[in-house]
Amino acid sequence: MKLEDTAPQYDAVVIGGGIGGMTAANRLAKFGHKVLLLEHHFELGGLAAYFKRKGFIFDTALHGFPVGMIKTCRKYWSKEIADCIVQVDSIRYDNPQFCIDTTYTTEDFTDKLINFFKVTPETVESFFKACQSMDFFDDREKTTLEFFEEYFPGRSDIHRFLMEPIHYANGSTFLEPAITYGIVFSNFMSKGVYFFTGGTDLFVKMCREEMEKNGVDIVMQATVEKILLENGKVAGVVANGKEIKTKSVLSNANLKATCLDMIGAENLPADFAASCKEMRLSTSNSQVFIGIKEGVTLPFIGDIIFHSSAESFAPEEYIHNPPHSRSFSIYYPKCRPGYDRYAIAASMGARMSDWENLSDEEYEKAKENLIEQTLSILEQKLVPNIREITEYVEAATPRTFQRYTLHKEGATFGTKFEGLKVSEDLPKAVPGAYHAGSVAIIMSGWLGAANYGVIVANQLDEYLCKA
Amino acid sequence: MAMSKDEIRAAVLEIIEEIAPDEDIASMNDEEPIREQIGLDSMDFLDIVMELRKQYKVEVPEDDYNELRTLASTVAYLEGKM
Ligand SMILES: Cc1cc2nc3c(=O)[nH]c(=O)nc-3n(C[C@H](O)[C@H](O)[C@H](O)COP(=O)(O)OP(=O)(O)OC[C@H]3O[C@@H](n4cnc5c(N)ncnc54)[C@H](O)[C@@H]3O)c2cc1C
Repeated sequence: MKLEDTAPQYDAVVIGGGIGGMTAANRLAKFGHKVLLLEHHFELGGLAAYFKRKGFIFDTALHGFPVGMIKTCRKYWSKEIADCIVQVDSIRYDNPQFCIDTTYTTEDFTDKLINFFKVTPETVESFFKACQSMDFFDDREKTTLEFFEEYFPGRSDIHRFLMEPIHYANGSTFLEPAITYGIVFSNFMSKGVYFFTGGTDLFVKMCREEMEKNGVDIVMQATVEKILLENGKVAGVVANGKEIKTKSVLSNANLKATCLDMIGAENLPADFAASCKEMRLSTSNSQVFIGIKEGVTLPFIGDIIFHSSAESFAPEEYIHNPPHSRSFSIYYPKCRPGYDRYAIAASMGARMSDWENLSDEEYEKAKENLIEQTLSILEQKLVPNIREITEYVEAATPRTFQRYTLHKEGATFGTKFEGLKVSEDLPKAVPGAYHAGSVAIIMSGWLGAANYGVIVANQLDEYLCKA
Repeated sequence: MAMSKDEIRAAVLEIIEEIAPDEDIASMNDEEPIREQIGLDSMDFLDIVMELRKQYKVEVPEDDYNELRTLASTVAYLEGKM
């Protein structure tokens, strides 16, 4: 649909077609509301993006998610979407402290803690229990590191074993509140890590078809500039300069941008505006995508590999420039039935401040360095002939993420923990305005964003039903 | 007309069955916490609250979520509300 063809008035306008925005739009339409989804990019999916180059398809954010995604897709999308989800076979750690392969299931992880790290079964069990019983209302002062120290004092190897995957999954470090760790770790630590067979492109296509079936109007390359208020309540949006009337909005866009730019600090209660300004964003990422020549096969070396040359897990090591640590996702033909090419995606934590002030020439050089470092690690550690078999390489940086998703500072996982309160309080500050999307560590990733979209769609439905 | 206790119980079980089709609803005990008997997570719980609102126009504010711990307490809480 084109912006000119939109209806005179909507019940809800969803700003942004990331996983949270799409899931919310689909729910609201199923509830019977008239919904318009506006997406700034020419593809849906947001950070869960894919791109096609020279016969390759690369996924940016499809490495692995918790088993809960199956149920979430079945309940809030469709059985067909849920049925594409399969378990990944193996996850590898390779760092100066240890090299381990695990399925990341409770059984195998427990086995590694007991037999490799020599922890007692009782300690493992009580640690898992403590993680599972954590919820939102617990002590928020305790950090993840303090929590680790209670169970595994002085064991920086175990801290790394516990933290590294979660760091890659949501950008958190062990300085974040322990409850954010406990909640996310418990989501992952049950039946292993899962993948969407067919890739991000199939997922997004299926979501789009489902939304269209349920009557969501979708307009691409429509950037929302303003959320309009009347008597303090949401009354419309302005997208590409065009005004569209709506009773409510659900923004999947960056939380800070939603509050401070689209609504505007001057339209917010002073204390709420202050918490929006104080709220810290998450860090960003850079990535290197490698396409392997046609006809070449890679042996199985694991689906996800956490590689680090840092002596131990220290938060600053994981956003260091140049990177010391990266995760590799290996895409075998099993990932996309009917498509036989191999690809590798390396992901690294990164900070916009290391990238934003580079001249065009410096920027290109820095990207080349990133690619070169990644190839040389692969060559030394994982795929000795990588240079010979590589056909295509490309790099993405915090600037790339900002350009495609409009996240301030290229933040790839929303905000730090305090963002949850801001997100939840938005409808109290501005009736009719809602936010759902990666925020506060616990509401990020495919599963977190989808579930948060459902939670907020319910709240918005309540608002519309009362009005 | 207000629903009887038995009708409310049946309505709640029907909702749970929709949300968790693989669970053995029939053998559930009324006095034990629901979440300890069948595999319901916090999203399932929110779905139950949502269905009560959509199907029966009952609002369960977050402060009252504890009232829905067991089947018996749920029925008692909902009596007169639906
Ligand atoms: C490198 C990387 C790897 C990852 N790997 C995994 C993984 O393996 N497993 C996992 O579970 N998660 C992973 N994630 C995280 C996961 O992809 C995200 O948490 C999730 O996709 C975020 O969804 P969201 O709903 O917050 O929306 P986002 O993806 O942030 O989308 C927001 C959307 O809003 C649009 N938008 C913004 N502003 C406007 C505007 N003004 N007008 C219109 N549209 C607008 C954007 O274009 C975008 O489409 C990864 C993330 C990154 C960056």
